[in-house]
Amino acid sequence: MIAILDYGSGNLRSAQRAFETSGKEVVITSDYDLALNAEGLVVPGVGAFAACMQGLIKVRGDQLVRERVAAKRPTLGICVGMQILFSRGIEHGDHAGVGMWDATVEKIDAPILPHMGWNTVRAAAGSALFAGVEDQSFYFVHSYAAKKAVGAMSSLSNHSEDFIAAVEDGALTATQFHPEKSSDAGLHLIKNWTQTL
Amino acid sequence: MSLSVRIIPCLDVTDGRVVKGVNFTDLVDAGDPVEMAALYNKEGADELTFLDISASVAGRETTLDVVRRTAEQVFIPLTVGGGIRTVEDVDRLLRAGADKVSINTAAIARPELIAEIADRFGSQVLVISIDARRARTESGFEVTTHGGRQSAGIDALAWVEKACALGVGEILLNSMDADGTRAGYDIGMIKAVREVAKVPLIASGGAGALEDFSAALDAGADALLAASVFHFGVHRIGDVKKYLAAHNYSVRNAATA
Repeated sequence: MIAILDYGSGNLRSAQRAFETSGKEVVITSDYDLALNAEGLVVPGVGAFAACMQGLIKVRGDQLVRERVAAKRPTLGICVGMQILFSRGIEHGDHAGVGMWDATVEKIDAPILPHMGWNTVRAAAGSALFAGVEDQSFYFVHSYAAKKAVGAMSSLSNHSEDFIAAVEDGALTATQFHPEKSSDAGLHLIKNWTQTL
Repeated sequence: MSLSVRIIPCLDVTDGRVVKGVNFTDLVDAGDPVEMAALYNKEGADELTFLDISASVAGRETTLDVVRRTAEQVFIPLTVGGGIRTVEDVDRLLRAGADKVSINTAAIARPELIAEIADRFGSQVLVISIDARRARTESGFEVTTHGGRQSAGIDALAWVEKACALGVGEILLNSMDADGTRAGYDIGMIKAVREVAKVPLIASGGAGALEDFSAALDAGADALLAASVFHFGVHRIGDVKKYLAAHNYSVRNAATA
């Protein structure tokens, strides 16, 4: 069973449907124990870094992520749900993240923002997440990103400058793009992840 | 590696049905928005836009159901516009499964609505739809209402700058002069708006020949919206993508579309 962590606004039903295409049962929940014990946990996220982080803390999501990673249970952050896994975000002020990786989420230096639309990713060598979809495009919508390599396996994308599009770090995986909005390529990537559960 | 241009078919929906006629032979029911959304997704559409032109409250409720069913079956971004007046309207659409909303008349009447929506949900959900035409205003372009029939009394470029400052995430620029003519996008208007807009720009109105699509991109558009050329099968989405790929534009899935 996969749990999608419900910790604020936004529609999670279409994400649920996208993950259901993998054949797994998918529940939307803010229940700590249910989320802790699920085979896979998805941490979505929309809006600003600080608001997202506040919502996460309210359901003890920060502790939940740390506890799952310590127990080697697969956990996937998406979009702002990826950004808050870093140590720091500087969108509308200076905010601490969950701190799984030491890097700052900062504004992309580009003439046109948000970075909105379909972009390719330079999949890291040996990436299991991108297996079979290395040359495909994924749907991004964001103005902020982490730019500094974090030691773990990072795949990059580019919008005027390079930024981290995905991280694969043991049990913890994250994508800056939205696999659940990335059509067949996104569903393939979701399946790659669910097969590790 | 770069951001692909987006090709966006637009479906006018009223009371849960697609209107303005569609001419696809491979649809069971040419009026079903969910079926059309799935077909366009299969053909390589990069996003979908539903424009709700329902006149009644019941019609708008039906649109929520259409959005819900589409978002559960089609995994590409979905923008919904038409009749959005309040932050609550936006909330309902996002909860139903829309990824973005587009607002038009309500923002002209009350520009603060832009900031209210952006503050609550983030700029990335908000598209400002601007129906503009050539006129004797400062920039040479003015904003219209009522489908281009009335002047809103606002200069189009001034409105773009104001909307950006208030926090829109994207601009949908409809040329009311070119709309429905299939004589090409209004290139001068796209160039003028591109100069002042710091957010992605979707060109709309006038798409006819394949060259029209590339001309709009050369003028500075990031995405291209079209309705009738797709609905009537003048071009399939794959044809547009193949043409653009052959002319060295970055497109998604040009080979398979």
